[in-house]
Amino acid sequence: MIKVIAGRLLQLIPVLWIILTLTFFMTKIVPGGPFSAERQATPEVIAQLNAYYGLDKPVWQQYLGYLSKVVRFDFGPSYTYQSESVNEVIGRAFPISLQIGTLAFCIALVIGATAGVIAAVNKNKLLDYLPMSISMLGICLPTFVLGPIFALVFGLVLKLAPVSGWYGLNYVPLHPAVMPAVTLGLFYAAYIARLTRGGMLDILNQDFIRTARAKGVPEHEIILRHALRGGLLPVVAFLGPCFAGLISGSFVVEKVFNVPGLGQEFIKSVFNRDYPLILGTVVFFGALIVIFNLVSDVVQLLLDPRSRN
Amino acid sequence: MSSAMRTVIGLIAVLFAGVLVWMFARGTATDRSSYSLTLREANRNKILLLTVGSEPRTLDPQAAQGVTEHHIIMAMIEGLVAPSINDQAKVVPGMADRWEHNDDYSVWTFHIGEDRKWSNGDPVTAHDFVFSYKRMLTASFGAQYAENLYILKGAEEYYRGQTRNFDDVGVKAIDDHNLRIELVGPTPYLLSLVQHDSWLPINPKTILKFGNIDTRDTKWTHAGNYVANGPFLMKTWRPNDVIEVVRNPLYWDAANVKLNGINFYSIENSNTAGRAFQAGQLHKTDQVSLDKVPYYRRVHPELIRIDPYEGVYFYRINISRKALDNPKVRLALNLAIDRDAIVKNILREDQKPATGFTPPGMGDYTPLNKITYDPERARQLLAEAGYPKGKGFPKFTIHFNTLESHRAIAEAIQQMWKEELGIDVTLENQEWKVYLDTQNSMNYDISRSAWIGDFMDPVTFLSMWTAGNGNNNTHWANSKYDALIEQAARTGDPKTRLDILHRAEELFLSELPVVLVYWYTNTYLVQPSVQNWYPLVLGNHNYKFINLKDEFERAK
Repeated sequence: MIKVIAGRLLQLIPVLWIILTLTFFMTKIVPGGPFSAERQATPEVIAQLNAYYGLDKPVWQQYLGYLSKVVRFDFGPSYTYQSESVNEVIGRAFPISLQIGTLAFCIALVIGATAGVIAAVNKNKLLDYLPMSISMLGICLPTFVLGPIFALVFGLVLKLAPVSGWYGLNYVPLHPAVMPAVTLGLFYAAYIARLTRGGMLDILNQDFIRTARAKGVPEHEIILRHALRGGLLPVVAFLGPCFAGLISGSFVVEKVFNVPGLGQEFIKSVFNRDYPLILGTVVFFGALIVIFNLVSDVVQLLLDPRSRN
Repeated sequence: MSSAMRTVIGLIAVLFAGVLVWMFARGTATDRSSYSLTLREANRNKILLLTVGSEPRTLDPQAAQGVTEHHIIMAMIEGLVAPSINDQAKVVPGMADRWEHNDDYSVWTFHIGEDRKWSNGDPVTAHDFVFSYKRMLTASFGAQYAENLYILKGAEEYYRGQTRNFDDVGVKAIDDHNLRIELVGPTPYLLSLVQHDSWLPINPKTILKFGNIDTRDTKWTHAGNYVANGPFLMKTWRPNDVIEVVRNPLYWDAANVKLNGINFYSIENSNTAGRAFQAGQLHKTDQVSLDKVPYYRRVHPELIRIDPYEGVYFYRINISRKALDNPKVRLALNLAIDRDAIVKNILREDQKPATGFTPPGMGDYTPLNKITYDPERARQLLAEAGYPKGKGFPKFTIHFNTLESHRAIAEAIQQMWKEELGIDVTLENQEWKVYLDTQNSMNYDISRSAWIGDFMDPVTFLSMWTAGNGNNNTHWANSKYDALIEQAARTGDPKTRLDILHRAEELFLSELPVVLVYWYTNTYLVQPSVQNWYPLVLGNHNYKFINLKDEFERAK
């Protein structure tokens, strides 16, 4: 097991290097530059700025210079946030995305798995059709539709949560992370519900479950003790990418609720041609995704004895 | 249950519990009281809650470029003079308590008030202004707006390194309190100009504490470091969320500052801003999403304001392209557009059809009324140019940056040209930065454009069309036009000067390297409790005049 983990962690380095290199050269190919604006500065000024940020050097020199900084964990200055470094931007924005993502993850897992198990146990009954139709709806409703609806209902009508901002209002009971997390979480809960149902149905048809029933094991014990363990395997495989997706891909939700998270920075950096911030966030998210995939693999190993060899 | 299973479930339970504890711990541990004001509380405490759109890139006035930045900086840094309460053409004393100029407005002396102080206790002196302008003009600092100071005698030479001695530049501190500004030519609009970010002072000691005169991006702009001389001080800056400023006790006119603070929220999405306004989280938005305008005008006319704004929406024409090189064709394209229909049916924010380039409201400069809707004449002109009913007219493309309203306008114009002139155009949208690249490299036929005035003089709209100006981007050049702009810059008498500028604009409109569309308005939502928020054509409000009524009023 430790060998597997160590091996995977070692893979992280070449993977990140490839991501970094590809992204670096892609940013150089994309038209448009960080200093262009509707009101053009004079060419002298642009030249000055390019020189200031080292963008006047040949691309390979920029690349080597950048690489040598990155190995020291220095991602350089941000062009958009003129007094912050990329490290500072990630440092302030990521904790916010992490809070929303973690909460959303718990919501997705608890609601999704419960709904999936209930549906599987009550196959082809009302309690199967109901959660499954809702989850279908959840998959089809994008967050940019669900988000504003929640903002209207919980923010404007019920006055439970702020509709915008992070350092929100005193006079609403809910923390500003809650509505974005619920919006995001429900979307993923829908997927998890369907995965759980599929996995559970698969297990419930197996011989060992029949044997257990024949031996007179109570139904709730069959489900919780014997079926759930195998039934959740497809879900566990999905959780790694799910968690990474939750904390990186919350751009839309962050926009809708105006939350200063890293998902926004990621997308905006591309629009602004903020090269260091693009690279910094891509590498950071790349590392996250690799690590969460690893965690999800380890959990699978723990749950499924068959895969241990 | 197996041990592995139990571990996993246990881990998830711990995670979930941890998150809950964390949420609540965060909520109570951070002092959120000051940014968590609902409208009622805000009115009582006199804290103005507003959004100025996107997150500012910097609050260093000399590195700043945008309107967003300017509207925040204005709360903290005051220039030589400041905006008046209700007329953008007038000024009130700022750092200068009095000023005089020679007969032709080319030499000005500003007297800096003895009671003007920086928030660190330093007196504001004429030397601070000299330092600030030196910083702007230091090439290695890379100020995007350095060009704005080229009207100072010797400034351009200094910037280009032709002279190394800053004493040769036309700005001098006669003593601590007298600043002499010598300009390359008569500049009657200087008082409007010096309110622009590029002319604002900074505290030299602070700049030098965090770097050299030409170091960009230092931390001096952060809360705790920012040294201000205006009515407000920076208290917090949470990027992408809120910038809080509070009353500056050392401000010279602190007794007349009505508010105790302002929270500037950065909310880019106009729908989110609209919801925040409805929820009572904002006193004022910076825009209203297009589809909500009719609703507010019908149901809540007391909450929506539509003010004139110094801006023009137009299309640049690349006059090096075949057919578009003919002024008759360009005039025909202009005359075939029903601007009223565009404003009434698409925009619906009371914009004015642009009949000239310079919008109304520029002090004594009356806007020209030259370009109207005249399809008959347009057809005739097109025929004269050799394309009767659009026959043989080359295919060309309208190019714009991706945005719903730009597309709607382009589609309307496409249809009008097709119906009135028989000309086929295609539409092409591009992502913002790509669009800018395309426009700047003149790789287009017709390109959507806009220009917002910086100061209260038509020069802010007309100087860009001189030959070789970096913002011209049409290939249009006319030596007579350049000569008129040059002549205006040498004319001291304000009336004669405006006449010359009128002649220049007439000339421009007879050759038209642009398609005129409309003159801007500024549409926003504002709570009735906000007092003294008058319509100002540049949108530059002197926050010290703004007040809040202490009563609870909100949008239903």
